[in-house]
Amino acid sequence: MILQLLRRLGVLIASVAVSTVVVFGFMQVLPGNPARVALGVNASDAAVARMTEQYGLDRPLPVQYFEWIVGMLRLDPGIEYISKAPIGPQIGDRLLVTLWLVAAAMVLAVLIAVPVGTWMAMRHRHIDGVVLSGLSQVGVAVPAFLAGIVLISVFAVRLGWLPSGGWVVPASDPVGFVQRLILPSISLALVQGSVLARYVRSAVLDELHQDYLRTAQAKGLRPVQAVFRHTVRNAAVPVVTVLGLQLAGLLVGAVVIERVFVIPGLGSLLLDSVGQRELLTVQTVVMVLVVAVLVINFIVDALYVVIDPRLRVGGRA
Amino acid sequence: MATRPFSALGCAMAGAIVLSACSAGSSTNDDPSGSDSDSTQEVTIGLFAEPASLDFTTTDGAAIPQALLYNVYETLLKVDSATGDVVPALASSYEVSEDRLTYTFQLVQDATFSNGAEFTAEDAVFSIDRVKSDDWTVSLKSAMDVVESAEATGEHELTVTLSQPDNSWLYAMTTGVGAMFDTEGVGDLATDPIGTGPYVFANWDRGTSITLERNEDYWGDAPFFGVVEFAYFEDPNAVNSAMLTGDIDVVGTVQAPESLAEFETDEFQIIEGTTNGEVVLSFNSDKAPFSDVRVRQAARYAIDHPTLLDTCWAGRGELIGSMVPPTDPWYEDRTGDYPFDLDKAKELLADSGNEGVAVRLRLPNLPYAVACGTVVESMLEDAGFEVTVDSLEFPATWLEEVFTAKDFDMSIVSHVEPRDMQAVFGDPDYYTTYGIPEVQALFDEANTGTEEEQTAKMKEAAALISKDAAADFLFLLPNLIVADPDITGLPENAVSTSFDLSALARE
Repeated sequence: MILQLLRRLGVLIASVAVSTVVVFGFMQVLPGNPARVALGVNASDAAVARMTEQYGLDRPLPVQYFEWIVGMLRLDPGIEYISKAPIGPQIGDRLLVTLWLVAAAMVLAVLIAVPVGTWMAMRHRHIDGVVLSGLSQVGVAVPAFLAGIVLISVFAVRLGWLPSGGWVVPASDPVGFVQRLILPSISLALVQGSVLARYVRSAVLDELHQDYLRTAQAKGLRPVQAVFRHTVRNAAVPVVTVLGLQLAGLLVGAVVIERVFVIPGLGSLLLDSVGQRELLTVQTVVMVLVVAVLVINFIVDALYVVIDPRLRVGGRA
Repeated sequence: MATRPFSALGCAMAGAIVLSACSAGSSTNDDPSGSDSDSTQEVTIGLFAEPASLDFTTTDGAAIPQALLYNVYETLLKVDSATGDVVPALASSYEVSEDRLTYTFQLVQDATFSNGAEFTAEDAVFSIDRVKSDDWTVSLKSAMDVVESAEATGEHELTVTLSQPDNSWLYAMTTGVGAMFDTEGVGDLATDPIGTGPYVFANWDRGTSITLERNEDYWGDAPFFGVVEFAYFEDPNAVNSAMLTGDIDVVGTVQAPESLAEFETDEFQIIEGTTNGEVVLSFNSDKAPFSDVRVRQAARYAIDHPTLLDTCWAGRGELIGSMVPPTDPWYEDRTGDYPFDLDKAKELLADSGNEGVAVRLRLPNLPYAVACGTVVESMLEDAGFEVTVDSLEFPATWLEEVFTAKDFDMSIVSHVEPRDMQAVFGDPDYYTTYGIPEVQALFDEANTGTEEEQTAKMKEAAALISKDAAADFLFLLPNLIVADPDITGLPENAVSTSFDLSALARE
């Protein structure tokens, strides 16, 4: 089993290494010169060339690539071309904001999905179960940004219950922080929660036909008690792995939601930096996202190996 | 004025009211204590596109001067946002020599920078010389090329000598190029701006907002608000929601004019004025088919401007027909040069032998360009052009493909710099590929002549550019502001590059 985990760790490291090359390569073919963007439309070619040199973009590509890699390993990928601000702390600040959002959305998604999914499974032959199931299909289809716009227009603009967007640091204004977290995390959680609810439904349905449930009912538990005490626990294993994969989806979904709710997270930084052609920032943010997704997948894989003996190579020994 | 559309007249009148209201306000501010200005009052202004840096000497773009010029940094002379006139700022007066080469400025005595240093003629010399040095990199610096020398001829007297008479120089001094820096205050322009203005820079929350605080030692009239926050948005819906929920007090520039209907209630005021943003449909006249004047003329005749404005920009904005906004002294209504005439368009196109010619309209992915591009496409197809439209990411990709490589037949972009007719149409190497010798000669005469000659020659140049169909002028972008009804002193017409806060107040 250890060998198996080490092999997967090797695959992870190789994937990260390959993605650095791919990401760096994409930056090189992206049209547009950051110096030209900074200097304006009437800039002379000489001025653009001088600024390109100042930004260090005229050096050979392998030099730029290795400097970036070494910088990232030291958690100091460099400074922004235009503002000269260090990129590392900037990404750290923004990542923290995005993590708050993703964590809140994840918790909400689980809180929605587990009861709703279980209910849908138990009532799958009844009208309410079918209607809920249909609604969850709609939830899967609605894009998060659309949900965000609708939520803003209803709860912020019409009803005035919550702010329409923005961000405050939790330490400075805890109430404002929670208020501003609610709508964006609901927007993200609606979709993820719907997807997850469908997984919960099918996982619980599978378990409903198992013998142990009949045994539990024979012991005297009411059906609802039996399902929640035994079935949901057993159904959790496949659901947790799906949850891991969805975490990656949430990170990417947050990029769009941050725009809609004016949240200064990693996604806003990424889009602004693309516009300014802050290539170093763009490629570092993309790598942060890539590494996050790969590590999450690795953990899910590893959990499989730990939990399910059938996946172990030579598991019989 | 009687010839202008009714809406513009209404605006001008509204402008007069606001102006009298704010001059009344500032006269009370002259009271010894300045008790009128409440230090606790705050205002939040929603703007688009956060700047990448606070240093406009090395970073181009409208966002930085919009927030900082006239508010944090001051210039010797400024453009009055109500009237469009050039008025005194850090220079209380100036004289021009007979040969129009020497300018002598008397500087205000009691201005200080926010780092405590006194503003003197030395600082002015330093600031002007710095534009000419390699420290300034953005292309706007070329406005200072004409300066031969700047000298401190007294502690508060500045003498500037030009190498040749140049009327555009004095105007350029009202823009970012003319901003006055402290000799010791340019160490960290990207994050720590130091100026003499009514506000001092307080905080920049990256990705969210820039906050300015009242300069308690300001040499002029104290501004009303103690704290001003510029909140930055990227999405037109988000800024509207923030205004509707009261998170912000002012939308500085409405990006989606069709959304204004939401604000047509007593809870908001809507201000509609003019800007310097001429939305230009440019032609690549270096290349067939637009190298043929008849093809360019056909395109101008084919466009039904009133319908276009109604369709793509909710009828907000002004039809000007040339590269000159109504706030410039040499404005003339040139919409009569090419009135909509489909038959004439078809005839000219047929004459040139270009019926059904394939042309590429390459748009920047900006709201007005995308919205109006499809309308232009269908109008040109009606006249017999075969138009292919594609959309390029702005600024980076558009700058590379259209602007630098000139790989286009037509494009649409708003030229927002004040008095930019010469910059856009006076240089054959510019992407507009115009700048014929006749028009260059007119610009030279305008720059070196008297004020009257300048106005006359600029009018001639605008007429020549229009008649020769160097480009089509779709419309002038409107200055659209939504604000709480009790906010006064908002810049009526966006005639300067600054969002001028000096007259802003709450009743």
